[in-house]
Amino acid sequence: MAARPRSTGDDGRRPALSAPASALEIVGLHKRFGKAEVLRGIELSVAEHEVVCLIGASGSGKSTLLRCINLIEPIDAGRIVIEGEEITAAGVDVDRIRRRIGIVFQAFNLFPHMSVLDNVTLAPRRVLHTPRRTAEGEALELLDRFGLADRASEVPDRLSGGQQQRVAIVRALAMHPDLLLLDEVTSALDPELVAEVLSVIRELAAGGMTMLIATHEMGFAREIADRVCFLDAGVIAEEGPPERLFSDPQEARTRQFLQRIIAAGRL
Amino acid sequence: MTRGSLRATRAGGRAVRSNAIALASTVVVFGLLAWVVVHAPGWPAVRDSFLDPVVFARALPGIAGAFLVNIQLFVSAEILVLGFGLVLAIMRGLPGPLFLPLRVLSTAYTDVFRALPGVLVIYVVGFGIPGLGLVDPRTDQRLYGILALTLIYSAYVSEVYRAGIDSVHPSQEAAARSLGLGRFQTLRHVIVPQAVRRVIPPLLNDFIGLQKDTVLVSFIGVVEIFRTAQIKQAASFSFTPYLAVALVFIVVTIPLARFTDWLLARDRRATMGGGLR
Ligand SMILES: Nc1ncnc2c1ncn2[C@@H]1O[C@H](COP(=O)(O)OP(=O)(O)OP(=O)(O)O)[C@@H](O)[C@H]1O
Ligand SMILES: [Mg+2]
Repeated sequence: MAARPRSTGDDGRRPALSAPASALEIVGLHKRFGKAEVLRGIELSVAEHEVVCLIGASGSGKSTLLRCINLIEPIDAGRIVIEGEEITAAGVDVDRIRRRIGIVFQAFNLFPHMSVLDNVTLAPRRVLHTPRRTAEGEALELLDRFGLADRASEVPDRLSGGQQQRVAIVRALAMHPDLLLLDEVTSALDPELVAEVLSVIRELAAGGMTMLIATHEMGFAREIADRVCFLDAGVIAEEGPPERLFSDPQEARTRQFLQRIIAAGRL
Repeated sequence: MTRGSLRATRAGGRAVRSNAIALASTVVVFGLLAWVVVHAPGWPAVRDSFLDPVVFARALPGIAGAFLVNIQLFVSAEILVLGFGLVLAIMRGLPGPLFLPLRVLSTAYTDVFRALPGVLVIYVVGFGIPGLGLVDPRTDQRLYGILALTLIYSAYVSEVYRAGIDSVHPSQEAAARSLGLGRFQTLRHVIVPQAVRRVIPPLLNDFIGLQKDTVLVSFIGVVEIFRTAQIKQAASFSFTPYLAVALVFIVVTIPLARFTDWLLARDRRATMGGGLR
């Protein structure tokens, strides 16, 4: 499957390239937990600077897919290629791959025994061997950019959920990932805290970050995604630009899913 | 008077009353016990051989001085135990088929050394190793004592560490690994620091045991507090020196026990606070 042409977005924020490199290419990915086959042949490619949203019912395997891409879950069959390098090949150094792929979890998973600043600088210092001063300078800049500069010396437990999630995003960004995976980063947050996290993601998209975002926020997906993929029964049942997928779904199951969402008042 | 302060006064009144009850019951119970002991038929004989003030006064300085050897023993052993116990715990937790031998080794080690009576280990180490003729025969027996205590207590402490490591949620490991940290970096910077914080109270508990068990090292010829008391007993025909030993251990151990309890209570408060948030 060749890299899909990217939509440039109506604000034209992403410059069109003649031959966009594929940031992520997934071919025939299968994943089972015991008897249950959760992913049954995922085909997906994400171009550089593209923002792809992954939607689907609870339990459809969105988190599992993201965890497979980050090599947290071993896969059963298929290939995952990041910028031309097959990361699922035997003998690949997983730590080297993981530092190129950032992931942010629904539950933040910050390190509770360290300050916000240490959370952010741990990986740059220990993995990239960035000198402490440099790493901290860079971390403070990132924290400042997302309105967290005054929280740098706090421990995570003393932050609000929205602040914690923004720190988690900053922590991933500090590794300068080529690809950022976001797993329902707002679903553990109180409604009034969702906006601040979404605006961070919006800013990242505007900056050209390549992102694969699992989300239940259909309005947000519609607004930010270049492309939306609907995951159902272990495959990507339908995909397309958000305007088309949300207003004119081709597949019956996509229509059903969206109707349920609308009935629940989430679109 | 506001409602709040009224409630506080009432609570204060309750506290005073329950303190009074506690004091009264303590006095009654211990008074009865003392009465029974003092009126036992053998009491005068026991009093003369265990509670001789003259012998006590003469024995105490030497006994307290000998305790320095015990301090040497337990401080050295505790430092070594902290390291070796952690190594055992980490070996036990290594995943995958490659590390099976290490897991088995660590499991077997902790099983065996927790099963063996401590005195036995001290004997085997203190007499067996020199008997092999591989080490300098003039090696200080204290070193064998430290080695034996380290071997014994590392088994217990590794289990404490393991419980701590297991109590750190797997999502912490996932978060660290997803940032590109390796397995050992993850252990060192993320898992172990959190685990150690949680296990400090049970760790101190094991150390209280270790401190008392230093007297067992007297069996391989180390002249420490207990052996010194034995010598003084033989010289004075009085068991009073042992009372001095008991006193020294009480003075050293009780503050540590209180401190451990205080840490436990503080942790409980902290986790409850976290849970209610
Ligand atoms: N470690 C695991 N062991 C066994 N089954 C698992 C595991 N992780 C996920 N599953 C199962 O895989 C399926 C997909 O889970 P996943 O978390 O990927 O769904 P999801 O689309 O992210 O759902 P949600 O929207 O609720 O987050 C579920 O049926 C889940 O029970
Ligand atoms: Mg999920």
